[in-house]
Amino acid sequence: MSTTQAVTAGAVHRSLQGKRIDLVGYVFSGLLLASLLFTLAILAVLVGDQFQRGLPVLVERGTDMLTSSLSSRPDRAGVLQGLVGTAMLAVMVSVIAFPIGILTAIYLEEYAPANRLTRAIDVNIRNLAGVPSVVYGLLGLAVFVALFQAIGVGNGRNILSGGLTLAVLILPLVIITSAEAIRAVPNSIREAGYGIGASRWQVVRKLVLPSAVPGILTGTVLALSRALGETAPLILAGAVLGSFSTAGGIGNLFGGPYTALPIIVFDWARKPQDEFRALTSAAIIVLLAVTLIANAFAIFLRNRYDRKW
Amino acid sequence: MIRAILLGASGLSILISLGIVLSLIFQAFTFVTSIDLGQLFAEGWFPRRGMFSIPTVLVGSLLVTVIAIAVAAPVGLASAIYLSEYAGPRTRTVVKPILEILAGIPSVVLGFFALTVINPRFVHALFPDATGPTILAAGIGVGILTIPLVASVSEDAMRAVPQALREASYGLGARRITTSLRVVVPAGISGIVAALILAVSRAIGETMVVALAAGATAGSLFTVDPLGPGQTLTGAMASLAAGSDQVTGSTSAFLSLFFLGFVLFLITLGLNLLGDTFVRRTRQKY
Repeated sequence: MSTTQAVTAGAVHRSLQGKRIDLVGYVFSGLLLASLLFTLAILAVLVGDQFQRGLPVLVERGTDMLTSSLSSRPDRAGVLQGLVGTAMLAVMVSVIAFPIGILTAIYLEEYAPANRLTRAIDVNIRNLAGVPSVVYGLLGLAVFVALFQAIGVGNGRNILSGGLTLAVLILPLVIITSAEAIRAVPNSIREAGYGIGASRWQVVRKLVLPSAVPGILTGTVLALSRALGETAPLILAGAVLGSFSTAGGIGNLFGGPYTALPIIVFDWARKPQDEFRALTSAAIIVLLAVTLIANAFAIFLRNRYDRKW
Repeated sequence: MIRAILLGASGLSILISLGIVLSLIFQAFTFVTSIDLGQLFAEGWFPRRGMFSIPTVLVGSLLVTVIAIAVAAPVGLASAIYLSEYAGPRTRTVVKPILEILAGIPSVVLGFFALTVINPRFVHALFPDATGPTILAAGIGVGILTIPLVASVSEDAMRAVPQALREASYGLGARRITTSLRVVVPAGISGIVAALILAVSRAIGETMVVALAAGATAGSLFTVDPLGPGQTLTGAMASLAAGSDQVTGSTSAFLSLFFLGFVLFLITLGLNLLGDTFVRRTRQKY
């Protein structure tokens, strides 16, 4: 009896005091960490590879690469038209998608009655956000390109079609992120406004929106950065390696053929010559700089203004 | 007045959906009526020669998707478990923005990466038989693109599991691995399944990686070999639209774009709706 007790006591003591090594646990957490590091390593290799191949070109050419026009000669080709096109697309997307998206978000969060129409709009927006970008390109081709062709703006394959297509593409994203930012503003703020006799619009404009601006800004900048990297919808909606021309007046800038940075990357990537490989990487560095700076800015904004109510 | 403006803006999203569905249906229907149905089951996808083999592009998409999920699911889920159950708050604040940056890399860049690095350095090194562009390289590229999606959606699901469940598990003397795999993962399974479904939808719809790395520019014969070139739903659309002769007008090749788009739209819509029901189930649970 007493020996059994002593043995049991010893086992309990050992299991409480002894250091058991949980081998399976270590291996498991090691594997998890390895997966995470693998993901980060891919990013490092991907970016590093572009710099290794493209940086010499950028250094050698300097700003010449940014200010030169497209050319079939790799030593002369530059991305100027792409920069101009991407900048124009950015302006168009911001001017079209941001106001409409933010207004929709305000309606859904602050005004919409809880009825079937509101639910339909909500479900519809979520589904639109999941539609592949290439399908938006088809929409652009069937609607915008056809429309501009019909009213006689060139053959319809112009930067207006491209900008409208991208604006429609990121609209659901702008709505969803803005709605989330507005929803995060606590009700006590609204009640305080109504308590001093403010109208609904006054509450939205003076109280809710100012509190939601950082969140809205983050979402819209992320959406913009996504739009600027999109290639497939632009290809479908008729972007080619076209040059901008103001020869026939400023209208030709909007009505004629156009291009954008991702289109240039796509086109150069398909060329077999080695020189174009390096040039592609150089163009990718420019593209990444544009999109990642926008991304990093958005993430910075969120971390800076992130507040817990 | 203000209400009317706001409602008008919201109504636009319905209009966009209608525009997508109508333009796809109308032109896809025109396409199907303008060709022999036998052309949909030709030996391959060569739109300019009137061969519109749907099985070729569907199987191509399926191969790319299976490979992509085989890459993204284990890596994404493991990263999510680590971030949710193992990492401290400081690791999380460093790692999550980096994952977001990976998610923000344009797909055309990943396509170039798959073409110039994954294919020659990895696929060709591992399988000496493979020579040119391969579906495998494209699939791996798409997989890398979907890792951040899998990681972030499933991490959200696991972090939504109430702390009380973990404490109960530790209280019973369970180790961290047991708590993670037997308590947290089952409790968050709806969200994890949703993450995988959304990843499948994303992988099927991904265009530029396939257009650059899968190697079938003009067309492709029916193939199930991941170590050769192939054509997918999206890749076929990109190469039709980016072809040197700029497909225009109302030829069958041009209209086939909309048919492919319609098929793609139906598949991704179905998957997204399915994924959404799983996401909602997680939200209701606790």
